[in-house]
Amino acid sequence: MLSAEKKKELEEAIYAFVGKPIGPPFTGRDVVNEPMIRQWCDAMGETSPNYLDAVAAEKSPHGGIVAPPMMLQAWVMQGWEMHEGYDEPKNEEHRLHKLLTDAGYEGVLGTDTEQSFSRYLRLGDAVTADTVIEHISEEKATGAGVGYFITTRATFTDQNGAELGWMTFRVLKFIPNQPQQAASDDDGAAQPAKPARIKPPMGHDNSWWWQACTDGKIQIQRCGGCEKLRHPPRPMCGACGSMEWDAVESSGRGTLHTYTVIHYPQFPGYEFPIIAALVDLEEGVRMMSSISGCDYEKVEIGMPLQGVIHEDEDGFALPIFRPREDSQ
Amino acid sequence: MTTRSFSSVDTGEALPPLDIETTAALVVGGALASRDYTPVHHDRAAAQAQGLPDVFMNILTTNGLVGRYVTDWAGPDAVVTGVKVKLGGPNMPGDTLKIRGKVVAADDGRVDVEVTGENSWGNHVTATVTVALPGA
Repeated sequence: MLSAEKKKELEEAIYAFVGKPIGPPFTGRDVVNEPMIRQWCDAMGETSPNYLDAVAAEKSPHGGIVAPPMMLQAWVMQGWEMHEGYDEPKNEEHRLHKLLTDAGYEGVLGTDTEQSFSRYLRLGDAVTADTVIEHISEEKATGAGVGYFITTRATFTDQNGAELGWMTFRVLKFIPNQPQQAASDDDGAAQPAKPARIKPPMGHDNSWWWQACTDGKIQIQRCGGCEKLRHPPRPMCGACGSMEWDAVESSGRGTLHTYTVIHYPQFPGYEFPIIAALVDLEEGVRMMSSISGCDYEKVEIGMPLQGVIHEDEDGFALPIFRPREDSQ
Repeated sequence: MTTRSFSSVDTGEALPPLDIETTAALVVGGALASRDYTPVHHDRAAAQAQGLPDVFMNILTTNGLVGRYVTDWAGPDAVVTGVKVKLGGPNMPGDTLKIRGKVVAADDGRVDVEVTGENSWGNHVTATVTVALPGA
């Protein structure tokens, strides 16, 4: 963690980059050529004759071989030198990244990009990119870690100075949450950990409730003094102040109090969209849960629901609700 | 290979699904074909230092696959005029990238196709590709 003073210093330094070109315009090392197009098409599974077959392409609206439009940026990538990283910055963008790396923001991930193409590139075109650091966000907390979003804007021109298109590109420079253990102990092959639901905090006052879920029961806490039911679990009765309690098993029958549908962001470990629901159980308490087995467009406030215990692949159990057919 | 005419396209049309097996060859080959030698796309140790279990696909490859998916449907003479791409979780070797798409707008000879790519981590990419079609 940076001290407040160090962080202020860092932010002053990085925000000074906004609006600066990363360096002089960069012209790609090679003009648009068939071998690079073919290599791209092999990897992407492209079979369009307009990229690969000179005879067929001649009859196309382009009048000859063109490069796949999504290759635009590839013509001005630095290539081999990128593998060395940027310990010795070569342009303003590297200098900006290094400032952040040195302050602990070691990770970098592309997050989004937008491109516009004025025309397709033909063999022999020489592409030049003029790139500006357009924006740096305030510090954000993300799933990958805390960091800054950096947006660059590149304008692409041809050998005559005519515009070929433009691209914005946003990366997150971040402090990685947790490095993975390098390898398993047998063959050294690391398996991707299958992402699972984020687990709730469990402590003295509520872990019994989650344990009951694992045992297949939806429980409701009952005051030992006045017998009032309460949920979620907590140590003291809000009605009479008693700290004595036991629990009763819920029938799971309830009605939908309100809901919201979560489409985005799509965290790993969940199925989207999520219908997040507040359910009024017939015993008289309200429970936060989710609805499955029902198209979200068919969900209605007041609909009858039945709670069941759902078990994730990793064994974690929790109540979810389904539409209830009977209307008793 | 024929190119779709604009008049034959309606909003809501679903594109044929495409499932792509993500291999190390695709991740590394795609990165190098786009001249992206950033170590996380070819060196597992570098990816692990960033908190991921394996090398992961670079944006240019994801873009390339999304572009190919749309033009495979639209035909070779469709002209891609723009793309917006939002990346979600990583796409790594051993996973299947399930690409789906549908037409979300068709206006004045141009068609917007919304494309999603899902794998076992969830959403990998959401993109909108704009193509100009003949026969407006």
